[in-house]
Amino acid sequence: MIVLRRLGAGLVVLWVAATAAYLALLAAPGSTVDSIIGDGADTPLIRSQIVQEWNLDRPALLQYLDYLWRFGHGDLGRSYLLQRPVRDVVGDQIWPTFELAIAAALLGIALALVLALTTRRPWSRRVSSTAELVLVSTPPFLIGLVLLSVFSFQLGLFPVSGDRGFAALILPAITLALPVAGVLTQVLRDGLDRALEEPFVVTARARGLRERAVLARHALRHALLPAVSLLGWLCGTLLGGVVIIETVFGRPGLGQVTLQAVTSEDMPVVLAVVVFSAAAYVLLNTAADLALLVIDPRLRGSTS
Amino acid sequence: MTPRYRALLAAAGFLALMLVVVALPGLIAADPLAADPFHVLEAPSGAHWFGTDQLGRDVFDRVVHGARHSLTIAVAATLLAVLCGVLLGMLAGLSHRYADEALARSFDALSAFPLILLALLFIAIAGTGPVSLVVAIGLATLPHYARVVRAQTFVVRQAGYVTQAVAFGHSRTRLVVRHVLPNVLGPVPVLAIMGLGEAILFAAGLSFLGMGTQPPSPEWGAMLSEGRNYLSVAPWVSVIPGVIVTLTVIALTVVGRHLQRRVEGRLA
Repeated sequence: MIVLRRLGAGLVVLWVAATAAYLALLAAPGSTVDSIIGDGADTPLIRSQIVQEWNLDRPALLQYLDYLWRFGHGDLGRSYLLQRPVRDVVGDQIWPTFELAIAAALLGIALALVLALTTRRPWSRRVSSTAELVLVSTPPFLIGLVLLSVFSFQLGLFPVSGDRGFAALILPAITLALPVAGVLTQVLRDGLDRALEEPFVVTARARGLRERAVLARHALRHALLPAVSLLGWLCGTLLGGVVIIETVFGRPGLGQVTLQAVTSEDMPVVLAVVVFSAAAYVLLNTAADLALLVIDPRLRGSTS
Repeated sequence: MTPRYRALLAAAGFLALMLVVVALPGLIAADPLAADPFHVLEAPSGAHWFGTDQLGRDVFDRVVHGARHSLTIAVAATLLAVLCGVLLGMLAGLSHRYADEALARSFDALSAFPLILLALLFIAIAGTGPVSLVVAIGLATLPHYARVVRAQTFVVRQAGYVTQAVAFGHSRTRLVVRHVLPNVLGPVPVLAIMGLGEAILFAAGLSFLGMGTQPPSPEWGAMLSEGRNYLSVAPWVSVIPGVIVTLTVIALTVVGRHLQRRVEGRLA
């Protein structure tokens, strides 16, 4: 039930995103015809052909409905610049980005769990908190440049750019993962601190559980709740982060497609990326809600 | 003196220094555009504290002058976001159910996008440049303030003094300006200080991608991007402006967190 309601709300977000994207397309300066022609031959005949081909002579409302209809069928239009279906342009580049985002997410989450659970003593805690503050405050591209400078240029351990197998994935994934780990560690640590003050922890300790077991088996479950709700944020951070990280490391991917589309005013591609990221956010938020139900049994009964 | 207090003092000192640098960059740095073909890509030394870049320009001078470009963009964007956020949040909080619902949902929908994509979408429409950067960052960060102010407005509109003011028959404008507005602003300054750090990171990122200030103007993000090609031979050209960005954001976060703790302490 809660899943259905969630998906419904998600569809509304998607519809708003698609509509906003369409309005953005209308608001873009210069006529659509100019954008499509680009640097190509410009004659009245070609112009009228373009208007015909792209249905630009129909009323705006009909074009909007038409757009929604095609959108609902997964047809995102054609790229002005590349003259290919947007779905193919974006589809070709999703895999390298997906790879990078997943690697970074796993790494960031693992790092955050380890740091939050192991740095409980005052001294190690202070070191870790300072490191988190620095990671969260550092522009991601600086982390990338420093890693590149040290590990690729000085030590020659990793390739400098491109997408050549696993070795080329390591540095970008670390770069993307570090700020994520910084935020997640803070949230997890706050959650652990709060959980450790609950009465059930006293009970667990009174039963003779070792501190490590209290942390990992009892407090962690409570600390996970606020962290899991950040899943949507995580998705946004990763998708936004790849735009910069892919530039730093010269990797192909969604970020590069977006940048190219933004600089060449290839609106259908920009819109597709925007709507895609909204869809990913909705999906992950729904997943987060489901995960919360799994983690916290108290939430299961109360919602209906 | 506790380490926390020392960190706070250092952060406040750094921010004060930044203010001086933004107000009077000429006081401590020479011309940021003066090229010197005989001293190209030199490592940091007594003559050039932060080294020189690919055109022989002094990196220290450029970083100091760049503060004005970078920080002005971030401050203007944050002001825009706070102003619009407070207005829209209050409007939503005071509206009738459906209008409020519509506004709240659109804040949510806006928050569904990665900030940088929203900013890029705006830049795709409005073109590149510092002004466009300000508006892009302002629009992208606005929902954050609007949501907080909306929630705050809900609390304030239930408060006794508002009911009393209504009973006194004050006009709607007076009610909003004199009673609601000052009381919903509570959490905003601290949020804005933390938000300023975020805006600086954001502006540097977008400039790094070539969407903001164009060369040869010194701007931290743009300097990083320019220096990137010389990373293997002269890392200081790009790393130093980046470190300055980091220090500024850390300082803002430290001060912001301190203020937040004090505000929360007072409420508790």
